[in-house]
Amino acid sequence: MSSETAMDLRELYQDIILDHGRHPRNFHALEHPTHLARGHNPLCGDRVTIYLAVEGERIADVSFEGRGCAISTAAASLMTEVLKGKTVAEARALFAQFHARVTGGEAGEPPEALQDDIERLEPLTGVKAFPVRVKCATLPWHAFEAALKTGLAGDTVKTE
Amino acid sequence: MAASLLRVDKQAPARGFDPRALRREFPIFTTHPGLVFLDSGASAQKPRSVIDGIAEFYRSDYANVHRGVYSLSARSTDRFEEAREKVRAFLNAADEREIVFVRGATEAINLVAQSWGPAYLKAGDKIVISDVEHHSNLVPWQMLCERVGCLLVVAPTDATGEFDLAAFEALLTSRTRLVAVTHISNVTGTLLPIERIVQLAHGKGAKVLVDGCQAVPRMPVDVQALGCDFYVFSGHKAYGPTGTGVLYGRYGALAAMPPWQTGGGMILHVGLDHTEFQDPPHRFEAGTPDIAGAVGLGLALDFIESVGREAIAEHEQALTGYAVDRLSRIPDVQLVAGGQHRLSVLSFNLDGVHPHDVGTVLDQHHVAVRVGNHCAQPLMDKLGLAGTVRVSLGVYNDEADIDRLAVAIEACREMFLR
Repeated sequence: MSSETAMDLRELYQDIILDHGRHPRNFHALEHPTHLARGHNPLCGDRVTIYLAVEGERIADVSFEGRGCAISTAAASLMTEVLKGKTVAEARALFAQFHARVTGGEAGEPPEALQDDIERLEPLTGVKAFPVRVKCATLPWHAFEAALKTGLAGDTVKTE
Repeated sequence: MAASLLRVDKQAPARGFDPRALRREFPIFTTHPGLVFLDSGASAQKPRSVIDGIAEFYRSDYANVHRGVYSLSARSTDRFEEAREKVRAFLNAADEREIVFVRGATEAINLVAQSWGPAYLKAGDKIVISDVEHHSNLVPWQMLCERVGCLLVVAPTDATGEFDLAAFEALLTSRTRLVAVTHISNVTGTLLPIERIVQLAHGKGAKVLVDGCQAVPRMPVDVQALGCDFYVFSGHKAYGPTGTGVLYGRYGALAAMPPWQTGGGMILHVGLDHTEFQDPPHRFEAGTPDIAGAVGLGLALDFIESVGREAIAEHEQALTGYAVDRLSRIPDVQLVAGGQHRLSVLSFNLDGVHPHDVGTVLDQHHVAVRVGNHCAQPLMDKLGLAGTVRVSLGVYNDEADIDRLAVAIEACREMFLR
């Protein structure tokens, strides 16, 4: 393997990704969710279910279940960590920032209050150099957004 | 057994078979010198003779077919029909009217399902498929079953990956009208005993359709010896252009089938209240066909013949054995069983690593493989797998490619399992 190849791969599979991929946090169903949605990537068969417990405007608890690659599992795991305790508006702003960072889009100046969380999600931005893997990182977020929209109706979002 | 299924004479060595020399016939490897291409089962790369031949056809002989009275149109028609004759000879069909040009195997199967199906099947009839079928040899039959009320019956492969002939025989009844099976599994590489399947099916009066996508590019196929009623394949997996494919059907079967798509080129006489249709194969070729595609497919079959199908089968069989041996010695690699007669296709998983992650690391090593469910979700469900990493071979592959694959797999282990 050339050193360049090794470097590219280490950009994608940073230690924090490998750690969350192997030992996902908040990896369970919620007993009394207020919202849930499923994400499905037909290309690779990945499936993820996002559970939310929203109290008023605040996301009191968030968790996930499913099977997927290291990227999608780590993305879901890190997402649950940063979303816990956020308001719905903050969570949406965070998704917009994250989406722009992994796809190379524009999201404008991030709010000061979200700076730490954006940094926390930074390791996932390595997918930018791997266009076919971007969907792995965004799948749990799309499922989260669908959950906010549909409540307990159990919507499924597909990446294709 | 393997030799008889493959019709390869073990005594005849693959004289002069040189994958490195053949690779030079494929411009993609000049553009990408480091490429290890192990995804020919999805689509094969194209030899120069096909790429240049299509361009030359457009430059020199092109016009619409079966229409013009001018000489250029006649020449184009000759090239198109010459390609049909090449396909006939390649499959050893009895008559070139048994060769229908279509867009690919998917379209060929849909043609049979939508033309032959409703004309001959009724509620309670049975269609038997195997449990290793590609979605394209499953979903059209599901749709047909919903439409006419017939039943889809699934014949199993056993734990070793081998097609279970005894179980298959037990599933056949007097209501079985069609058996639709693959010649070689696109996931496990299992070679199915088609001749025996045909004998058993015909014994019950059922017709047999064979999906030859994986077999045609890599072993001799003789539809008369197999005895099947329909045989389909895609041109692009056989070193030919995309958008081409073939439906072979016994003439009697095709002649008794109603048209599928209708339009120009497939009619004898059109009145405002009644239309008479052409005989096969033109009955099933409505509209202007992919003329240059058919010419390109003919050139691809010429290429395969020039290398020699027995030589290709022997080379790929030996290389499959090498790959199985090499991969099975890597810790954490779990090979999916492919039976005793595996050819050119093998699937594996790296324990604890998702196939998608394996695919990305392999790609960084310039090793191209397919990852995922390979359009065979029911088989993945049966195996309890989310997906696999699939290696499939072509004439340009050699042991060095498998060694590069092994090195890349070791890099995956280093990254994910250290």
